[in-house]
Amino acid sequence: MFGHQSSFVMYDEELQRINAVIEKLLRESNGKVIFLVDKNGQLIAATGETEHLDTTSLASLTAGNIAATGGLAKLIGEKEFSILFHEGEKDNIHLSIVAGRVILVVIFDQRSSLGLVRLRVKKASDELGTIFQDLSKKTEERQKGGAGESPFAEITDDDIDNLFN
Amino acid sequence: MSFINYASREINCKIVYYGPGLCGKTTNLQYVYQKTAPEAKGKMISLATETERTLFFDFLPLALGEIRGFKTRFHLYTVPGQVFYDASRKLILKGVDGVVFVADSQEERLDANIESLENLKDNLEEQGYQLEKLPFVIQYNKRDLPNVSSVDELRNLLNADAVPEFEACATSGDGVFETLKAVAKLILIDLKKGGG
Repeated sequence: MFGHQSSFVMYDEELQRINAVIEKLLRESNGKVIFLVDKNGQLIAATGETEHLDTTSLASLTAGNIAATGGLAKLIGEKEFSILFHEGEKDNIHLSIVAGRVILVVIFDQRSSLGLVRLRVKKASDELGTIFQDLSKKTEERQKGGAGESPFAEITDDDIDNLFN
Repeated sequence: MSFINYASREINCKIVYYGPGLCGKTTNLQYVYQKTAPEAKGKMISLATETERTLFFDFLPLALGEIRGFKTRFHLYTVPGQVFYDASRKLILKGVDGVVFVADSQEERLDANIESLENLKDNLEEQGYQLEKLPFVIQYNKRDLPNVSSVDELRNLLNADAVPEFEACATSGDGVFETLKAVAKLILIDLKKGGG
């Protein structure tokens, strides 16, 4: 799933499980917004006060941030920095890497605390790790069985051309 | 690496604009941004220095429309072109689905183009990709300037594999959308084959 030349696939069932975990995390951590981004900057899921947020930009910058910090880590001989924390005047951002693959982002204000967020994130990370493992297996099985064939397998040149008209 | 989301019926792909410093990568994205309907684009983000040189990347999300019930979204990125930002360039290439190489047609930039193309190949290989296997197009930019190399010369030096190539002037927009369409099309064809 995360290898080269293959797509990262998300299914309904796993997305529902992911949403359940991050909604619980939002409640338990007293956070404002939680979202999950893949390391390439694609938004996977978001919950909380997202209506005024540009989640696409946030996802891309989050991935850039993690990538840059990962580069720094390697330079000093670390594998990665698995947790990043940005402190603002009102809002703070807590970033953590889940299962080495996706980035869990928690935005919170004075109603919560760094300690609480860290504690809850740790638990949620384990649950998310299991889901992504399942997702990985499922994608592999479907690809082997042929059932997971790309939805684009049947598209025609006309379909592609029509996109640009 | 594309992201196929069956839950929201979306497909997301990443296109990276590569090329030597000041070749016009950011200008390409700015033109696309200006000429795209508001409902089809997100915010354009530029992480640039005070002198407007790209420091980390530019980012522009585009929604092209639907194919077979799937919304197709393309995330356009540029890399910083200046030689000493190589560590950042490598990071941007992670998860790339298609590459546009923007060449600066000016005679004095010939060496810079060759060096940047070699750097692209090296950085892709480091991530386990091969340029020959990726959707890839070349844009010969700045064709409006007086001191440009001929397209034949550029082709000989930069386009050995005869990938789709376009003459462009990114400041006026000539060739910008042709380039983008060509790489997007190659990515979709790749997905169709199941490679993406």
